[in-house]
Amino acid sequence: MRRGSILTLVGIGVIAGGLATAVALLLPWLPHPAAREATRIDLVFWFVIGICIFIFALVAAALLYIVVRFRAAPDDDSDGPPIHGHTGLEIAWTIVPTILVTAIGIFSAVVLARNDALGKNVLHVDVTAQQFAWSFSYPDSGGFESATLRLPKGQSVLLTLHTKDVIHSFWVPEFGQKQDTVPGLTTTLHITPDRLGTFPVICTELCGLGHAAMRSTAIVMTPAAFAAWVKSQSKTSAKG
Amino acid sequence: VTAATVPHEVHAPAPSGGGNLFLRAGWIRAAWMFCLFGAIGLGLVVVFRWWAGWYPLLDPAPVTLVAALVSAPLGFLAGLGAFDYWAYYAIGNPTRPEDHSGHGARSWRDYFRVNTDHKVIGVQYMVTTFVFFLIGGMLALLLRAELARPGIQFVDPQTFNGLFSVHATLMIFLFIVPVFAGIANFVVPLMLGAPDMAFPRLNALSFWLLPIAGIMMVSSFAISGGAFACGWTGYVPLCSTHQPLGAVFFNQGVQWAGASSIMTALNFLVTIITMRAPGMTFWRMPLLVWANFTTSLLVVVATPFIAGSQFFSMFDHVMHTAFFQADQGGYPLGYQHIFWFYSHPAVYIMMLPGFGIMSEVIAVFSRKPIFGYRLMALSLMAIVVLGFSVWAHHMFVSGMASWLRVPMMITTLLIAVPTGIKIFSWLATMWEGKLHFNTPMLFALGFLSMFVIGGLSGVMLGAVPIDIHVSDTYFVVAHIHYVLFGGSVFTIFAGLYYWFPKITGRMYDERLGKLHFWLTFVGFNLTFFPMHLIGVEGMPRRVADYVPKFADWNMFISLASFGLGASTIVFVYNVITSWRNGPPAGDNPWRAMTLEWQVSSPPPIFNFDEIPQVVGSPYEYGVPGAKHAIVEPSRTKEPEEVGV
Repeated sequence: MRRGSILTLVGIGVIAGGLATAVALLLPWLPHPAAREATRIDLVFWFVIGICIFIFALVAAALLYIVVRFRAAPDDDSDGPPIHGHTGLEIAWTIVPTILVTAIGIFSAVVLARNDALGKNVLHVDVTAQQFAWSFSYPDSGGFESATLRLPKGQSVLLTLHTKDVIHSFWVPEFGQKQDTVPGLTTTLHITPDRLGTFPVICTELCGLGHAAMRSTAIVMTPAAFAAWVKSQSKTSAKG
Repeated sequence: VTAATVPHEVHAPAPSGGGNLFLRAGWIRAAWMFCLFGAIGLGLVVVFRWWAGWYPLLDPAPVTLVAALVSAPLGFLAGLGAFDYWAYYAIGNPTRPEDHSGHGARSWRDYFRVNTDHKVIGVQYMVTTFVFFLIGGMLALLLRAELARPGIQFVDPQTFNGLFSVHATLMIFLFIVPVFAGIANFVVPLMLGAPDMAFPRLNALSFWLLPIAGIMMVSSFAISGGAFACGWTGYVPLCSTHQPLGAVFFNQGVQWAGASSIMTALNFLVTIITMRAPGMTFWRMPLLVWANFTTSLLVVVATPFIAGSQFFSMFDHVMHTAFFQADQGGYPLGYQHIFWFYSHPAVYIMMLPGFGIMSEVIAVFSRKPIFGYRLMALSLMAIVVLGFSVWAHHMFVSGMASWLRVPMMITTLLIAVPTGIKIFSWLATMWEGKLHFNTPMLFALGFLSMFVIGGLSGVMLGAVPIDIHVSDTYFVVAHIHYVLFGGSVFTIFAGLYYWFPKITGRMYDERLGKLHFWLTFVGFNLTFFPMHLIGVEGMPRRVADYVPKFADWNMFISLASFGLGASTIVFVYNVITSWRNGPPAGDNPWRAMTLEWQVSSPPPIFNFDEIPQVVGSPYEYGVPGAKHAIVEPSRTKEPEEVGV
């Protein structure tokens, strides 16, 4: 391999990597996080995207270079050099990807453990899924029910999920976290909302005819507003 | 190393059958035996229900299952003659062991008979599966038409759910898995220097199970309640107790396709182990043979698991058992574990044969030996072993035991390593080669670039925190299409163009081939790349309706998908016209070294007049005087093909 070819390769690689990076950075494809867990997931996202762009640029550069440089003339019936392999190179492209994926694995495992770790002073919410609606109840405050999920900003929330019929899946894109509801099982999901706003609750597991319409709303409120809402709801449900 | 070749100087007579038109094996007997067996099945159900005192006697679920989905198809197979030899043998009638009348095709009619010639079966497989590819593609276009704008326009939700369910099922069970079996059926015995597969009659039977499976899946649209609409994954309890009768068509269709797949895989294993030509050691086998060997290992071990999962789900539906009914002590997640224990290895069943095709095409069109041949073969074996340890990465958000997530993530990420080895080795094979960009090579290069994207999005999905966010979104839809379309389907097109001259004896139109490639490549990326973006942003999969913020992208994707669909017309036109009127291709238009190119095009009826003697590696391009095998030139020629 000559120096000129290395330079060309690096050049193409930088351009391919630059293009991929531009796509990754300029298109608004990650939802704006509204929970600490989502922020951590984004971190893993960008870590893995970085590695992926590196590998993609490498392969794209090699491929483009090969296509341009080693194209045979139409009347060229000769063969290439009989190279059967290169042990060093083969070891390298076994070891380096192994190291990269191990790094991804460790980083992911750490984030997973932190996302599952409950904070102090946990708010419990029971989530019930059924074809094709969500309902939420608040066992810490007498168990009143609500059709929308209201959460206080900054508090660790543990959702306990049940289903009345088939499998559904609870997802708020801005929270990052997702969990199926399974007949006969109790599943849990941990969220720490950290941005005020209104977000969609989406069912992501095919559950029948109304699957696309099985949506609700999650509202993140200031702790004071949340406390006031809980108080008003508890009263209503006590009266009812 | 053993080999078996029967010397043949004369052609066997065309299948005569003889006897009464009504009684001899064929479509007429198939028609009445289909009805007869259906009636027997119906009678069995009625008698059993009457005897047990279950009313109504004609409960549609057991009647449909037993009469229409089990016994009538068996009658069809028996009528067509798939069991004749075994039936004669079993009842002591004289069999005809030396009669090769089931070999070769003399007219197009021979493709509609039970034929034991691996080359005929290969063509039967390829054409049949391609028909289902077209049907599956049209279903996809219908659902893209519905998704072009938010809201419900053309189809009701049950039909919509049926569209994507049948689309996926056809593409997986009736196209990608069996089309590879078809290509391998044609090519592998030739590559091994063998006259046929090890079990030609079993081979014929495994082909004829396929149309049954496919028709079963498609016809589910016609029955009351509509097609099965719970996705190709058929998760319970939605698919077992919350679905109309169409779900049973899925359960049972998978059984027929799965049985076909298992039989073929057994046949390949025995063929590859016992029927290699003298000198064809394992380390001299072309990588396509290695790929089909490893694929077959996966199939025989994994496929029984999906059969089990579908039986249990069907029993819950029809017989009111409670394998997966939580309120009666069943365990719904058990279904997912058993299902994915097959269906993840199935991803490699749909990928490894394509890897084999890539190795052949890239070596030949780069005029260079495969870089790191042994590591290429070993990485296939590594994928087989690791492939069985990753299934639960489909279940990171399913509610399964949470400790299982990290070990499954590690194995999932590690399986990227042998896959990466293959990508890098192909690049190194091309390095300093003399590249010829014929259509097969273009599809190979398209595959390399697309599959890298699919592999990398697979690594992203392997990382649990990312998977939790994007699972069941369009990101996953994008990923599987980059793997199965950008990956598998591109290798299938590469293989079909590559062996087209060998199969038909004629050359396809190179300009149309290139046009097909570019239309497919561009259409594919425009269709599926944006799905990554809308998936991460929050669009769930399998929805007939979506929020307006995704409207622009969905319109874009739908338009692109129509272009992608139209590109297939170029392929179909090219194949039909070239098969009829293409210029003669010659025996070895690509100057390849593997054995199938050393015989005539199309190959003679028993492939080799003399047993070839294998003396070296199949990829010794550029080595002066190197030979893969010593082959006598063909003397007997296949009769002129009649076209499609």
